[in-house]
Amino acid sequence: MNDAMPKWADIVLIPLINLALALFVSGLVVALIGKNPFEALYILVSGSVGSAYGWGYTLFYATNFIFTGLSVAVAFHARLFNIGGEGQAALGGLGVALVALSIDWPHWALALPVAVIGGMVFGALWAAVPAYLQVRRGSHIVITTIMFNYIAAALMVYLLANVLKVPGSASPETARFIEGARLPNAADILPWVGFSRSTPLNVSFLVAVLACIGVYFLIWRTRLGYEIRAFGHSEPAALYAGISPVRITMLAMLISGGLSGLMAINAVMGEAERLVLDPVQGAGFVGIAVALMGRSHPLGVFIAALLFGALYQGGAELTFEMNGMTREMILVIQALVILFTGALDNMVRSPVERMFLSRRRQPSAPLPTTPMTPGGHPDDAKVEP
Amino acid sequence: MDFLGVIQLLDSSLRLATPLLLACLAGLFSERAGIFDIGLEGKMLASAFFSAAVASYTGSVWIGLMAGIGASLVLAAIHGVASITFRGNQLISGVAINFLASGLTVVIGEAWFSLGGRTPQLEGAARFQEITLPFANAVRDVPYLGPIYADFLSGHSILVYVALALVPITWWVLFRTRFGLRLRAVGENPAAVDTAGVSVVGLRYAAVMICGVLTGIAGAYLATALSAGFVKEMSAGRGFIALAALIFAKWRPWYALGATLLFGLLEALGNRFQSLDLFGIPIPTQFMQALPYILTVVILAGFVGRAIPPRAGGEPYVKER
Repeated sequence: MNDAMPKWADIVLIPLINLALALFVSGLVVALIGKNPFEALYILVSGSVGSAYGWGYTLFYATNFIFTGLSVAVAFHARLFNIGGEGQAALGGLGVALVALSIDWPHWALALPVAVIGGMVFGALWAAVPAYLQVRRGSHIVITTIMFNYIAAALMVYLLANVLKVPGSASPETARFIEGARLPNAADILPWVGFSRSTPLNVSFLVAVLACIGVYFLIWRTRLGYEIRAFGHSEPAALYAGISPVRITMLAMLISGGLSGLMAINAVMGEAERLVLDPVQGAGFVGIAVALMGRSHPLGVFIAALLFGALYQGGAELTFEMNGMTREMILVIQALVILFTGALDNMVRSPVERMFLSRRRQPSAPLPTTPMTPGGHPDDAKVEP
Repeated sequence: MDFLGVIQLLDSSLRLATPLLLACLAGLFSERAGIFDIGLEGKMLASAFFSAAVASYTGSVWIGLMAGIGASLVLAAIHGVASITFRGNQLISGVAINFLASGLTVVIGEAWFSLGGRTPQLEGAARFQEITLPFANAVRDVPYLGPIYADFLSGHSILVYVALALVPITWWVLFRTRFGLRLRAVGENPAAVDTAGVSVVGLRYAAVMICGVLTGIAGAYLATALSAGFVKEMSAGRGFIALAALIFAKWRPWYALGATLLFGLLEALGNRFQSLDLFGIPIPTQFMQALPYILTVVILAGFVGRAIPPRAGGEPYVKER
């Protein structure tokens, strides 16, 4: 970070330009396959935020993405690139399902905290192996976390098809959770808003908000958070300050995996109310885009997750309303957002910086540099294996 | 398993190793020049789709191959612009390219063919046919050597032989030409190359584009030789396995051949033994399917030893820091 431009430009202006570019190119793709991009945009917006029904799904998806976005963000702060959110969330689903199916829960308020622990522990354990292999055996964390996604998928198919499914049933899913292990949805809690009875939005959303606040305190208000950021900024400096790379890599990845695993609270306990094949549905990967757009800050992650939630819900509407449009269009938009906000960031940043520099008539005296600013983030989310 | 069974297993290992080998050599060029590329997967996928799509339109697999290479080159150019010109994060750029490919192939595929993301089944000249090497049928009856030649080495599509030939070619280019020396230098110490008056940017772009051509061939092989048409997500992590093989091979061409053959053998074993009893304990199918991924992790963790990557790998070059 330098002070070539005001802070608001860095946090608000540049992500917005990046997003606009990504949407523009997506529009070109839509036009390329012979559809009207403006009509698509209209369906996207009205389908996601135009009704209580749409909002229910938008916020439901956003809940998933907050968890996975925070997961990627925490790892980013330690300059680790965790692409394994998909597998960690799948294992988190296993943890949540085991908790929900273990005893006769009298009330969801008792089941939820235990399920939170279950999801976090399983997600964290699945992240622990790649983290350990990185610090002890030097294997590339990006490749191992990707491999663990594939392994998790195979493991879950095996467990659901052979161990966890209801005896005698053909479908690979667990029994439906009992009443006391189902989370109340938005229609139960806020009956007057007009959410439909079957809306997937549930109390996990509040857990997600708490997770945002928790991550903020962890990263900027605790010693561990300081060590994680110090390690992410400069490994030699952190080493010199007595910070153990092994400890920080392990802890950052455990927290990251735990946050991904938490996603299952929403998807498994809140929506499906049973463990099905692939409850994650790509949310682990969306977390990468969300963390990049949100500049690895919990507030940014929250906003970016809302945006992607709207995108997912709007995209689902798009598949219904527009002939020949597939769900994968969302993947294209997501890829373009990652590309423009993550990889091509300098393409927008340099001209904007130049613009601000040329507008500044005379060079002002250098400000005293504060040692640390809340809201600071790793330098351009630079990640190194 | 008898001798012929072993030959068949090796035969399918070679078939399955070919896309890995091509992608691995592609990554070799890119990473030797200091550009990490986890977008191999996406480039292969894009090339697989466009080669199959164009081959089914034109009926010619060669035009399909060109289209596949073209698609892969476009993505390679994006990676180059992001990581060389704008000095962005190379891992993030690769991830974006992977998602872009897996989204675009289905979106465009559905718009063109309406087959749920597939392309039509390829037949005849729209596919790479198997080539019988000279005298293959004549020597088949020679004990041992005959089947090795006729059933293992002969009877593959031309791209398999292209991939095998690319191993010595890559070695020669990298270690025996001026271009190769500069390319390796740019991955170790770009400042030195710059001081010598050679363009770092130019060399890195060249490496990224060579990588694009090779992943293009790999993708076309997947869709038009190994199978008969494109299926959603058909690259199935091969780009990542190729990267693991590259690390296992310590960024060397001949080792890359060995490493990818090993991964090909693992995949062939997984296909051959769908269900397996080991000392009376049944091994689940899912385990056999996950075997290449598990062994990728095991090999990366345990058997690589000291692998020293190109020193400037992953770092954008800034003149006059």
